[in-house]
Amino acid sequence: MSEHSTSRAVYFLTFGALMVLTAATVIVATFDLGWANDVVAMAIAVTKALLVLWFFMHLRYSTRVTVLTAVAGFFWLAILIFLTMNDYATRETLFPFPGK
Amino acid sequence: MSTRSIEPAAVALAPGTGGGHDHPSLQHHFDNLEQQKEASTLGMWLFLVTEIMFFGGLFTTYVVYRSSWPREFMAASSTLDWKLGAFNTAVLILSSLTMALAIWAAQVNRRKQVVFYLIATMILGLVFLGVKAVEYADKFEHHHVPGPNFVWSEDAHGEGGHAAAAPTPEQAAFAHHVEIFFSLYFIMTGLHAVHMICGIGVLAFLLVPSWKGRYNSAYHNPLECTGLYWHFVDIVWIFLFPLLYLLGAHAT
Amino acid sequence: MNTSNTVPHELPPPDDLVDQPNYLNVAYGLKSWLLTRDHKRIAILYMISVTVFFALGSLFALLIRLELLTPEGDLMQPDTYNRVFTMHGVVMVFFFLIPSIPATLGNFLVPLMIGAKDLAFPKLNLASWYVYNLGGVFTLWAIFSGGVDTGWTFYTPFSTNYSNSYVVATALGVFINGFSSIFTGLNFIVTIHRMRAPGMTWFRLPLFIWSHYATSLIIVLGTPVIAITILMVAAERLFGLGIFDPRLGGDPILFQHLFWFYSHPAVYIMILPAMGVISELVAAFARKRIFGYKFVAFASIAIAVLGFLVWGHHMFVAGQSLYAATIFSVLSMLVAVPSAVKVFNWTATLYEASISYETPMLYALGFIGLFTLGGLTGTMIATLGIDVHVHDTYFIVAHFHYIMVGGAIMGYLGGLHYWWPKISGRLYPGFLSRLSALLVFVGFNLTFFPQFILGYLGMPRRYWSYPPEYQVLNVLSTAGASILGIGYILPLFYFAWSLKYGTRAGENPWGAVGLEWDTTSPPPTENFPVIPVVTREPYDYTSEEVHRRTTQQEVPVVYQVD
Repeated sequence: MSEHSTSRAVYFLTFGALMVLTAATVIVATFDLGWANDVVAMAIAVTKALLVLWFFMHLRYSTRVTVLTAVAGFFWLAILIFLTMNDYATRETLFPFPGK
Repeated sequence: MSTRSIEPAAVALAPGTGGGHDHPSLQHHFDNLEQQKEASTLGMWLFLVTEIMFFGGLFTTYVVYRSSWPREFMAASSTLDWKLGAFNTAVLILSSLTMALAIWAAQVNRRKQVVFYLIATMILGLVFLGVKAVEYADKFEHHHVPGPNFVWSEDAHGEGGHAAAAPTPEQAAFAHHVEIFFSLYFIMTGLHAVHMICGIGVLAFLLVPSWKGRYNSAYHNPLECTGLYWHFVDIVWIFLFPLLYLLGAHAT
Repeated sequence: MNTSNTVPHELPPPDDLVDQPNYLNVAYGLKSWLLTRDHKRIAILYMISVTVFFALGSLFALLIRLELLTPEGDLMQPDTYNRVFTMHGVVMVFFFLIPSIPATLGNFLVPLMIGAKDLAFPKLNLASWYVYNLGGVFTLWAIFSGGVDTGWTFYTPFSTNYSNSYVVATALGVFINGFSSIFTGLNFIVTIHRMRAPGMTWFRLPLFIWSHYATSLIIVLGTPVIAITILMVAAERLFGLGIFDPRLGGDPILFQHLFWFYSHPAVYIMILPAMGVISELVAAFARKRIFGYKFVAFASIAIAVLGFLVWGHHMFVAGQSLYAATIFSVLSMLVAVPSAVKVFNWTATLYEASISYETPMLYALGFIGLFTLGGLTGTMIATLGIDVHVHDTYFIVAHFHYIMVGGAIMGYLGGLHYWWPKISGRLYPGFLSRLSALLVFVGFNLTFFPQFILGYLGMPRRYWSYPPEYQVLNVLSTAGASILGIGYILPLFYFAWSLKYGTRAGENPWGAVGLEWDTTSPPPTENFPVIPVVTREPYDYTSEEVHRRTTQQEVPVVYQVD
């Protein structure tokens, strides 16, 4: 049965990258960058997740349907968070709460 | 669309007439191992999508309350030991490596290495859970477990807060919002831990067939699917760690 | 156009075919059923389970309508009434409407229609039925212990802080049941992607498959969210957390966001399979390919996707921001479009078609009319201004019952009547079945149309008493419910009767086009003696070969002579 087999070197490199990124996220968190803390933390987390997905979870060798499935999952979570926050972020957009 | 499931020529369905020997792991309703592998992989990915949405409800709750009570969340987060959290992150990432190597070992037909890497993954998982148990015990001691015994005072960085006079409404509200953080902390990491336990259980279940050499270059679906699950649980932690542990890391 | 129904023109199957091995007679005994992996047997198991829960849910409906015969609350205590309508909702939504068509007709037909031997994961399929029953046991235990009084929507903080009823047990039952749903949806998606017969491309698939595919997408993406929400409610109730408690900084509206994120797409889980059935029925009994096949197929996907973007329309008066409400209102208008596309295309299919008014077609026609009415009122209440007036009134109740009962249940019944000969190998009485369809249609409209008026006049829902001026309409509604009930009970009798006394059905009693009609009735366990190779387009009623094969009888008629 034909199958792409990832070499161990790729796995070790991915592991190394993940460890480096973990250290980075901890270091950056010790500085107070205001709102940028969140942005950087999430950017690093997303990068780590992508590394795991692409190399450890073999997405790089998967069918289009599989890749689409993975993308859809995260996209749908984004819908949930975004449209829910759409409410919370705009509670006072049109009418400020009285007496505040 | 994909034509992989389309095989040429109709084939009689009587069992055993699939043209020569069927692989012992081939289930009768599939035409060949390739179709079976693709089906089981897609099935596992779909299950992971349900897991994304399952945890997603908690992440949504987190985002909503974090945006509402940022200071409270920072204060609460700073009571968590980020060093333990970082250690656990490293442990999980290492366990993902060993899991991936277990599959590699099957692909190159190294039966004993399959077992070795599976056991390594399990041990790392247990280490993770052990650290979490230590953390939970610490939270319990500091009365940071939400519920009737929850206590939060101004200088609650583990300094055994002196029982102050009755809290002002602002302080009470602050404490309530901090309690929400801890509710989320326990539910999210607790649910994550439950998933880890299930994962370790499944790994244990794979040990005997692995030892017997059932998983090799021709067939290793169960390993692949378990690996997908394990890596996903790792990804959840990759997000949990900064969101829960690192909010207050730069506290003055 | 023909309406004759007294003489069967289809030749009965030859004697040597009569006792050929099929999935029903291949093995006998309880164990062969309870441990089966055959998707067709699992479909039957589900059919029994959902029928039981439908009966239970109907009993609660009966109690509601009895109480509402008189303006005073004189049949039961208000607290009891709360429990009755809650259990009606919980049982009907989670244990009947969501599983009914996918787990019975879907399970039976998906492999047949795509030319596969079984679903991708047969053991998971069986597990799904057991999980369904486990969830049912929890819920039944809660019911018999006293029930829940929060409404099927479990709104916080009442459900988490104040309700004295069996919230956790019921929630647990629903939580477990959700996994049953997820297993089914997962199974369908993988099966449709990976197990189609040679030549069965995506655009040769029956629209029933497209609908079930779209439904399965919703199930996989949405159900986990209500699962975690239920867990949070249970945790809050058990451990005194404050996630949804305003006194502790929580927001009850957050519960509603999370709850409706699933529960709105859930209504599409309930209606999409029925729409798939209707596509099959309209094609078969108009003997014509569905007009605009690709549009109908893509409309299913569009409904699934857009359905996830509109949940806030359940919360217009709950306290969410006006800005968000406006956006949800606009998106809700959008989601009506693909549904309308389907209705237009079914209608266009019927135009200048050779229609035969068999029982399944009666249900299909009823669906098209009633679903349209329900859908139009849906766009009405998607309008912010109108919803402020009619929210939590009987207008809403009427709207969703038009879709769920006038739509989904009629689709289910139509499908049952259409595929019954395939499933059981027997034909059923023509007169009785048409009478039932008529009773269902008349009874349904009598029950629920007055409720539109009641709601618009201001009668609130979930109230066990009402001002006397609403009584006439309520009495009409209850009368209609009794007629509807008879219409539902009759099929139980004649279907059961047909199992023993009905004429045996041939391969294709309706003269329809589809892979499921190319095998015996009932099918053998492996579905097809030889896996078919598909070369023709779906609903290809016009091709010479099909025309010859399906009109051996001039009149495609199925009823046995009494």
